Amino acid sequence: MSVPSPAPTKPVTTHPLNVIVATDCGSTTTKAILIEKVGDEYRQTYRGEAPTTVEAPFEDVTRGVLNAIAEIEELSGRKILDGDKIISPCRDEKTGVDIYISTSSAGGGLQMMVTGVVQNMTGESAQRAALGAGAIVIDVLASNDGRLPHEKIERIRTMRPDMILMSGGTDGGAVTHVVEMAEYISAAEPRPRFGATYKLPLIYAGNKDAQPQVRKILGEKAALVLTDNIRPVLERENLAPARNKIHDLFLEHVMQQAPGYKKLIEMAGAPIMPTPAAVGVIMETIAKREHLNLIGVDIGGATTDVFSVFEGLFNRTVSANLGMSYSISNVLAEAGLANIMRWVPFTIDEQTLRNRIKNKMVRPTTIPQTLDELQIEHAIAREALRLALIHHKSLATTLKGIQQERTISDVFEQQQSGKTLIDMLKLDLIVGSGGILSHAPRRVQSMLMMVDAYEPLGVTKLSVDSIFMMPHLGVLSTIDEKAATDVFVRDCMVYLGTCVAPIGQGKNGERCADYVITFPDGRVDKGQLAFGDVRLIPLASDQKASIAIQPVKQVNLGAGAGVSITRDVHGGVVGLMLDGRGRPLQLPTDHAARVAALTKWYQAVDLYPKSDV
Amino acid sequence: MAHSYTPGLTVTEHTTVRRRRMLSLPGSVLVTTGEVVRANQAVARAELPGKVYPLNLANQLGVAPDEIHEYLIKKAGDPVRKDEVLAENKPLIKWLKTEVRSPITGVVESASTVTGQVLLREPPRVLELLGYVDGRIVEVIPQQGVVVETDCSLVQGIFGIGGETGGEIVIAVTSPDEALTPAHLTADMKAKVVVGGSFISSDALARAKEIGVACVVIGGIHDKDLRALLGYDLGVAITGTEQVGFTLILTEGFGSIPMAGKTFALLSAHAGQQASISGATQIRAGVIRPEIIIPKQADALGDHGIAAMPQREGIRIGDQVRIIRDPLFGKIGEVSSLPADLQKIPTESEVRVMEVRFADGSKAVIPRTNIELIEGS
Repeated sequence: MSVPSPAPTKPVTTHPLNVIVATDCGSTTTKAILIEKVGDEYRQTYRGEAPTTVEAPFEDVTRGVLNAIAEIEELSGRKILDGDKIISPCRDEKTGVDIYISTSSAGGGLQMMVTGVVQNMTGESAQRAALGAGAIVIDVLASNDGRLPHEKIERIRTMRPDMILMSGGTDGGAVTHVVEMAEYISAAEPRPRFGATYKLPLIYAGNKDAQPQVRKILGEKAALVLTDNIRPVLERENLAPARNKIHDLFLEHVMQQAPGYKKLIEMAGAPIMPTPAAVGVIMETIAKREHLNLIGVDIGGATTDVFSVFEGLFNRTVSANLGMSYSISNVLAEAGLANIMRWVPFTIDEQTLRNRIKNKMVRPTTIPQTLDELQIEHAIAREALRLALIHHKSLATTLKGIQQERTISDVFEQQQSGKTLIDMLKLDLIVGSGGILSHAPRRVQSMLMMVDAYEPLGVTKLSVDSIFMMPHLGVLSTIDEKAATDVFVRDCMVYLGTCVAPIGQGKNGERCADYVITFPDGRVDKGQLAFGDVRLIPLASDQKASIAIQPVKQVNLGAGAGVSITRDVHGGVVGLMLDGRGRPLQLPTDHAARVAALTKWYQAVDLYPKSDV
Repeated sequence: MAHSYTPGLTVTEHTTVRRRRMLSLPGSVLVTTGEVVRANQAVARAELPGKVYPLNLANQLGVAPDEIHEYLIKKAGDPVRKDEVLAENKPLIKWLKTEVRSPITGVVESASTVTGQVLLREPPRVLELLGYVDGRIVEVIPQQGVVVETDCSLVQGIFGIGGETGGEIVIAVTSPDEALTPAHLTADMKAKVVVGGSFISSDALARAKEIGVACVVIGGIHDKDLRALLGYDLGVAITGTEQVGFTLILTEGFGSIPMAGKTFALLSAHAGQQASISGATQIRAGVIRPEIIIPKQADALGDHGIAAMPQREGIRIGDQVRIIRDPLFGKIGEVSSLPADLQKIPTESEVRVMEVRFADGSKAVIPRTNIELIEGS
């Protein structure tokens, strides 16, 4: 499927695009990059950033944009701003830009209520459609959810969603239950979170035969949008039309809440694209171009977006309250303190840690200044990444395209949320993006965060967005494919290296696998990987080596227990990581043993400056 | 590179604030533009539709849904009293007769021939919207609400819980670095806005609740005490609807942090005066910070010049700043240098920094994103 993107609302400029300034207005920081045509190719030349200015005293997202661009002006010597205006097109070699483009994820979350008839069928489908579109589902109401009618009505009355998605019934089936739910909603007179006179957007995506009755019951009371049934027949889901409607209403509704957004639209030479949609474009492009299965992640301040392409099928989920600043406290709440602490290689009392996390939540633009603060943020990031992938795995079944085919037998299995498409053994590449991954002081920190959070199996390549510019390139690719590709290949994608991770468990120090690495220059490195060991072998970005691994009998590298494999492995700025810690990854439960294990692993890969580990 | 700094919280003796007071559903506005209103005065009113009670008549009468109209005694729109007969069947033998009585007093909202359901609705409940601050109505939005303007002193907090309240300001401690203990809290603080110093402990929170204070304004609190107070771990800073017995406003953050001297001095100067309080916090787009608004006395509500808040263009040498991240969290100093080049900090990140000079003459290099301007000076 293609990534839903807003329809162009104004024509893109016709003059040649030689100088481009692009911003991403994140929930925390506004990042600007300058792209210039150098000879025949486009290069990213300067970047600037500034806090996103949704807070007082500015309360105008464009202030942050202008501040970030002003930084580029200072660094590049190019005059881009004329007061609060962007000079476009270029007037001469050092004045103006040819186009300004932007993505935005400011605006907070989208809160939705969804309804179905059978809770674990249409109710679950509606939930997955909403979640997949980036919403926080505040409740799932269904005819059989165990609540009495008046309890359902009371619940609808007390909730203040941004939007409701109604589903229920297969096309041509009984209309009674879905009409009943419409009656409950009508009686409850639900009101949106914002605006007293604003009609609550309500998407009906249920039995098409009930559309006339639903229109009659709800047409006056809500801003009703009718779309295709998300479950036209029992064994087929059709989530895309409902999800696209959610997406449209999200852009019209939630993003409009971000102060100054209307001005931003005026400033930009192309439609503002939601950040996840722009990143999705890039992720899908990588997978298609290189014919591989990938998982991509964009971990931001408020949300973590996970993308996957398996066997050509694209999925995207947005974990709305997993992030590193605004949502950092929610990572603690969801993961639990113990899960965060397990990654911290020193002792810190619970009270201090909890207070620090809350202080980051209330002052989201701050950055770690000391090494222990950095390590705590990296620990939290591991958990945010892990939880977001669990979320993605649970929903990937429903997001794989316009339609999803299921057999009748699968239908009964989906009570367990269906079978996930994410197969870590078939995964070729993990792509990381977002502040904590792109701006980690050492690239190996990004690599280990992703390895620890995702626990890749077998042989997996890892890469990271160099300075966080995937959103910018995503929107750029919609107006100039060549410019986006040039910059992506040369300046954006940084290959970290390859992780080789045997599946199985063993006692620390016991043999896990024997390996033979043949380097491009003919050099051969033979060795033994022990359980509990992590080994980092230098292999440059442009190099490819061959690795033959013979695991011990209870260990699997994808070909079966004890079966050897030979693979080409790609290098990167970090290199080849042999991870003998076993899968699933188990950390010692004893505090001292865990700290010792973390210290050993972190030192093995030179994760942090040595004196402080 | 003067652009990377975090705007601070406003603490100012004299400003003008406008507060938009909106009904959650359309209703009627009770005041007119130019009218002087009090904080506890209703400025608009709406009727919240009553609770709905569904009754499945088709099931109860044992008839098909599309037949229910034949059995209904009360039609849609009719008023109905509790236990009044709503519908009945007409059997040949009288003792087989089934009557369905109304469980509530209200009106018949609708009767569906698709589901066989009748919806009954209780009478509406009147919702009154208060003025929130003593001030003057500067705008009326028909059917929706008003904008109240007030000439006031304003203190913004960093984080709060609980909704709008108000009361007389009482200073419970002697200095901004003194913690608020149960011993500081006395019965005469009931319904008042109690200003503490650096920290409030869980037992002092319990005491505040027991006394029935309207609001506690404090430098800091431990997260674990907040969790105990709320009964859950707060994930996202969107608050304002909590009901813990009082409104709580943190001026500095989490932990034990002396209240900024300026904040404490301002609140102390207004001890005994009435304040309007909101604990609502939303640290997302369209940020909302908790606030303490102290309107100028009634005789000062006349028209006189209001000093407009200057729009800050960026940070400058000499500005007062608060450090908002460990290891010097909470310290206040003055900007002494703004180097343009990126500098490597202990995490190995290369960031823009500033040099801050503290009162004792010591200096520290701090990432620019880790300070906040002390606004409103």
